[in-house]
Amino acid sequence: MTLARAAGVILAKELWTEFRSRELLGTTAVFVLIVVVLFSFTFNPTSSEARRFGPGLLWLAFLFAGSLMLQSSFLREQTNDTLAALRLAPIDPFSILAGKMAANFLFLLLVEVILLPVFAVLYNVAILPVLGQLLLVLALGTIGLAATGTVFSAVAAQARLRELLLPLLLLPVLAPVLIASTEATIGILRDPSELSPVWLTFLACFDVVFLTAAWMVGEYLLEE
Amino acid sequence: MSTPLASSPNGGAGDGPSCGLKIQFNEVEKRYGMRLALRGVTLAIAAGECVALVGHNGSGKTTLLKITAQLTKPSRGKIAFFLGENPIGLEEVKSRVGMVGHHTLLYEELTAEENLIFFAKLFGLPDPAERARQALQPVGLAGRATDLVRTFSRGMRQRLSIARALLASPGLLLLDEAGTGLDPEGQHWLGATIKRLRDSGCTILMSTHGRNETQEAVTRAIRLDGGKITHDSGAGGNPNEVLVMAAVRDGGEEGEL
Repeated sequence: MTLARAAGVILAKELWTEFRSRELLGTTAVFVLIVVVLFSFTFNPTSSEARRFGPGLLWLAFLFAGSLMLQSSFLREQTNDTLAALRLAPIDPFSILAGKMAANFLFLLLVEVILLPVFAVLYNVAILPVLGQLLLVLALGTIGLAATGTVFSAVAAQARLRELLLPLLLLPVLAPVLIASTEATIGILRDPSELSPVWLTFLACFDVVFLTAAWMVGEYLLEE
Repeated sequence: MSTPLASSPNGGAGDGPSCGLKIQFNEVEKRYGMRLALRGVTLAIAAGECVALVGHNGSGKTTLLKITAQLTKPSRGKIAFFLGENPIGLEEVKSRVGMVGHHTLLYEELTAEENLIFFAKLFGLPDPAERARQALQPVGLAGRATDLVRTFSRGMRQRLSIARALLASPGLLLLDEAGTGLDPEGQHWLGATIKRLRDSGCTILMSTHGRNETQEAVTRAIRLDGGKITHDSGAGGNPNEVLVMAAVRDGGEEGEL
């Protein structure tokens, strides 16, 4: 079976499971909404300062969403040792990671799209004129978040302090994504034509590096 | 529960009987930190043998099964698989191995049918839905196909787990105390299924505790103690001596005699 097909089967399973329970998306969306609303209480959201700080707070909220949502990605495979069942299948080990990465990417993107209008209202930011550019930054940043988070979720799931370990591993590694995504978003909101190729290239490179690393070490990551 | 489930062990290709795998362990050692779980296990298992691994808890049975299933790598030594006399690659081995583990290896949030369809797709089997329906019949779960696994009893989960392991008609079946949670009828069915698979050429390696119906199909018994093989009835030998001896020595501790 090809890597893409196996990843597709796993992606479909992840989406179907979430569609049935709606546990992960529901709780993460509510959590992120609370975070953004609480952030907006800390200063006057109508000021120009808010537009300067807003994107950073927005991406911080996405990071928190990621660390919450990605936690369960491999943790729920521990319940009945279903990860062993996946590893028994004659498929490329990276396809397990790839399927989960794709599912996590879609889940995170959905939460982000839900959050964007709330952010626009609370922080008095016009996002419609820059929606295309914003979605591009969101997509690149979220690929990095999903790829890194899925890899560390696989690592953390086998550790003793697994619930604590993921944010400890993930947040420092995602600092470059946070900086690049925030800077790119600030640029877009300041001037729609100011879509920084430097930060976009940086995000794309981060994504490629982490996906390649995950592909190379996938087998070892999933081993007991 | 009488319909044959897997009459032709293979890699899912339907290439008939006598395609059980031959396994060769050479000085296989497994270390978990400072603890040696397996110590220099050298063993040859011929195609079509039904081997029972017996011994205390922690004697290395599960580790040996996991290494055979390629779920974990040996710290030292090698394991090789042969189809006939030809060595086969690890990727091909996977498509010919079915395993029932300590855990059910099933998704509780999926139905019985969805679980089997999912694994049938991962094994690249043709017509996964039909394959799943066929697999549910002999384990007596056809009537519960659309129920979530989380609503199943322990015994039902174990039956479904066995159906999952047999889904691709494996040439090598690994059973880690597969009778756990099964009622007497289920134990009887499992014993009959193992016999049928053995007779059709499937190689079977199973860990077991105490005396039970699954052991009636056994052609060879190996006792492990402290990660080492202490007794082996050998191919063509009488496994009952080792099984009885293990039941006396190890079963007393478990209260399963």
